Amino acid sequence: MTTTTTPTTTVSPPPVSPRERFKVPGAFLLGAILLVGVAPLVLSDFRLNLLAKYLCYAIVAVGVSLAWGRGGLLVLGQGVFFGLGGYAMAMHLKLADAAATGQTLPDFMQLYGTGDALPWWWQPFANPLFALAMTVLLPMAVAALLGFLVFRRRVKGAYFAILSQALAAALSIWLIGQQATTGGTNGLTGMQGFFGYDLSDPVNQRMVYFVIAAVLLLLMAAARQLFVSRYGELLVAVRDSEERVRFLGYNPANVKLVAYVVAAGMAGLAGALFVPAVGIISPALIGIVPSIGFVIGAAVGGRASLVGAVLGAIAVAWAQSTLSDAFPAAWTYLQGLLFVLAVGFLPGGLASLGVVLRRRRPRIRTTPTGETA
Amino acid sequence: MTVVLNQSFTGISIGAVLLLIALGLTLTFGQMGVINMAHGEFIMAGAYTTYVLQKSISGAGLSLLVALPVAFLVAGAMGALLEWLLIRRLYTRPLDTLLVTWGVSLMLQQLARDIFGAPNVQTAAPDLLTENIPVGGAITLANNRLFILGLALLCVLGLTIVLRLTPLGRRIRAVVQNRDLAEVSGIATGRVDRMTFFIGSGLAGVAGVALTLVGPIGPTMGTNYIVDAFLVVVVGGIGQLKGSVITAFVLGVLQSVLEYSTTVSVAKVVVLVAIVAFLQWRPQGLYTLRTRSLA
Repeated sequence: MTTTTTPTTTVSPPPVSPRERFKVPGAFLLGAILLVGVAPLVLSDFRLNLLAKYLCYAIVAVGVSLAWGRGGLLVLGQGVFFGLGGYAMAMHLKLADAAATGQTLPDFMQLYGTGDALPWWWQPFANPLFALAMTVLLPMAVAALLGFLVFRRRVKGAYFAILSQALAAALSIWLIGQQATTGGTNGLTGMQGFFGYDLSDPVNQRMVYFVIAAVLLLLMAAARQLFVSRYGELLVAVRDSEERVRFLGYNPANVKLVAYVVAAGMAGLAGALFVPAVGIISPALIGIVPSIGFVIGAAVGGRASLVGAVLGAIAVAWAQSTLSDAFPAAWTYLQGLLFVLAVGFLPGGLASLGVVLRRRRPRIRTTPTGETA
Repeated sequence: MTVVLNQSFTGISIGAVLLLIALGLTLTFGQMGVINMAHGEFIMAGAYTTYVLQKSISGAGLSLLVALPVAFLVAGAMGALLEWLLIRRLYTRPLDTLLVTWGVSLMLQQLARDIFGAPNVQTAAPDLLTENIPVGGAITLANNRLFILGLALLCVLGLTIVLRLTPLGRRIRAVVQNRDLAEVSGIATGRVDRMTFFIGSGLAGVAGVALTLVGPIGPTMGTNYIVDAFLVVVVGGIGQLKGSVITAFVLGVLQSVLEYSTTVSVAKVVVLVAIVAFLQWRPQGLYTLRTRSLA
């Protein structure tokens, strides 16, 4: 140890100054005002409830933007985490409903006649705090386990996407198979109350909407902080060149794991909020097809842009509900086409349309600005 | 004992179906790193080809035999078209091909719904294939399952011959091993890609013909098999026929034995856990090409 000791130099901070970091983008502010201020005033109860549902998908999209847009992790199994969060919440609400009417078992269990005892794994969900914690912790734990095993062995790219998708398939098949304790294909439906509030009351439905909108805005703000942090830089670096990051002394597995787990937690929270807003959670909402659906919105809107991903998720969910009722066939073609065009020819999604057009324009007008995109 | 044998036979026949589907996938996946989610819809195309042919050709046996080459050509042409239209533009972004081809698969499913209607349809199996061979005591071997097993093995044999003994196969293997080196050696990699897609997708069409013997034909039939087939490819090692063959039969038997001792849904979960555990041991799959590339 006679070599010259180099002083441990502090790593330079990310190229985002504190003032810039906490600057609130205009688009975000406008969106917040529209969501919290304008929408509840101008929309009917029915439309507001639909919007609440779309916002749940938007919350998933925040996580997708983090894991896929920033981290390059194609998360095809978000349905798993959405479902775990949703079922955790629904189990508590079912138990609370049953308790309110003096029953010990949720209605569907009485119907299928599984005996008098509540399954052991249902019992803790009677506790509201436990159930609430589980809506986020359970998805995060599952993601942490799978992510740890997969990333540690450098299973990546397509392999990871397929494994996460297989997990979604396995969970939905398992849920369908355990009809007596999970409600099977029907899932858990007919929730009456939400922590003591009557869900059929429109006033309480508005409250649920406000909760969902607030969670979405908070998570978007948190995700933005994560994007501009050193971790955010590292995540992009791993996406672009995992080997270089490894040679610099970081462990890419941990970086990816954090993104995957956080995205899973967001999807779980979205699932939990989806249940009081829509009143159902079932295997049909969380299998392979819906899991890819969670990615579609973000891809169309722009996976790398947070606002783009969120708006894309809302727009695609809206288009799905309105168009699929009126023209089911046309919607499926449109959905496929949107996907082919957005991912294949506009990888940045609609959010990058402006940039793409701006880049094209100088070629025609030949303005000698020398600006690089 | 008879239960074990019967379950093993069921497992082997599940494995044969998986193998037929995975053969084409491992070829296209290995070639360009492309994940073709529309592969399931090429299976569907093969199945509907059988259905259409059966309406025009009398005699279930004859139409089945005609369907095999025709379905290969139909599905193969669809695959080559897909490669030419979309995939060749995307092969620097392999992950995105998964999503693009998913979009294609949505459209193809809807197309099938518009042409053939949403409800499942059925074809009549030839008499010979509806019978069972009793093999000593309680064990019976269903003829249709044996036919699928034979077809799967024939496809493996055919593909091996093409890959090992023909100039095209030599080019395909060269591109799988090292695309850049193959290109500078004068191989028209673009043309090889399209041929690979033609063969791989054609095999999906053949799988579709086989599936008409064991189940209904419907617009979503491909989705039911695609994830399992991808798992076979991942576990077997990409582009490795040997790996796919072993994995397909092992997973098939595992699935069938677990289904017997637990339930279908638990079996699925256990198989997935087993796969993740296996990847801890061999993250690159059962067989891999030795390369000097990182990771």
